[in-house]
Amino acid sequence: MTFTYVLYALALIGLMISFFKDKKKTKMSLKKAWKSFENILPQFLSILVIIGIVFAVLSPETITMLLGTDSGFLGVLGASLIGAITLIPGFVAFPLAAALLNNGAGYMQITAFIASLMMVGIVTLPLEIKTFGKKAAIIRNVSAYAFALIAALIIGVIL
Amino acid sequence: MIKNILKRYWVFLLLVVINVVLGLIFPEIGAKSLDITKRNVIEMLLVIPPIFVLLGLLDVWVDRSVMIKYIGKGSGLKGVLIAFLLGSAAAGPLYAAFPVAGVMLKKGSSLFNVFIFIGAWSTTKIPMLTFEAASLGLTYTLIRLGLSIVGILLIAVFAEKALSKEQQEQIYELNRDKE
Repeated sequence: MTFTYVLYALALIGLMISFFKDKKKTKMSLKKAWKSFENILPQFLSILVIIGIVFAVLSPETITMLLGTDSGFLGVLGASLIGAITLIPGFVAFPLAAALLNNGAGYMQITAFIASLMMVGIVTLPLEIKTFGKKAAIIRNVSAYAFALIAALIIGVIL
Repeated sequence: MIKNILKRYWVFLLLVVINVVLGLIFPEIGAKSLDITKRNVIEMLLVIPPIFVLLGLLDVWVDRSVMIKYIGKGSGLKGVLIAFLLGSAAAGPLYAAFPVAGVMLKKGSSLFNVFIFIGAWSTTKIPMLTFEAASLGLTYTLIRLGLSIVGILLIAVFAEKALSKEQQEQIYELNRDKE
């Protein structure tokens, strides 16, 4: 969270320097900032509503059950799918992962969850396609998903 | 104007209607989903503004030639490293990285380096790493970091190789100035 403040400070300092140097350019940059934000806003709001519905239907108990100890490779698969589909901020996901580990979940399942959560984004795919086009976005997500599974296996073997 | 808004936001409006109907049938689920959505919106409003302000500044102040020089085609290992550090120094969810990637492409960054940037943004963000270490331990974090760095490189190599010259050109075309 503190890092957000750093970003705010950077943005503020940047704006001040920019304003000092060239008012017109600063105005233009703010306009561009707003435009790129407004550009993704429709998909963005949709994604937030979908997440709200999905998480309201899926209880934490269900998620814990899927990631539990003896869930084996199916658990890894389930964990990676949950990670790929959902969108949980890191500062929620890591404590959640730690709590799951303490309750007997395996490192393999947890890694599959974390790695796919961070690198794969199924609900955000429409946004990614806007920048990268369909093919590149799908290639990136599929290879990231494969990597999440491999990383889970490796960590499961090491730890 | 209104027609335009409807055209762009119809999926969102439809989802809101679904959510409301769901809430009327199952009040508990409806209230919960509303609460989750509200928290996510607040989080987004807190995190996103500085990212987009910086993006706007980047767009206006950094010349294409500078971007090409540092992370364009032929920038070599130095370019990869810069893209990696840029992504790692970020904060915020991955979806905020895509518009930034768009500006980088528009300004002439190589596609490979943009994939590195996206990869770094997704997994090796420094604030996230400190958080991961605090929750899951330093050993786990370092092992995962090592694996992630290899993974980011492999994914970037693979994605670039899988796209033909024309397809890569199309991606640049997507991000050319829209106004």
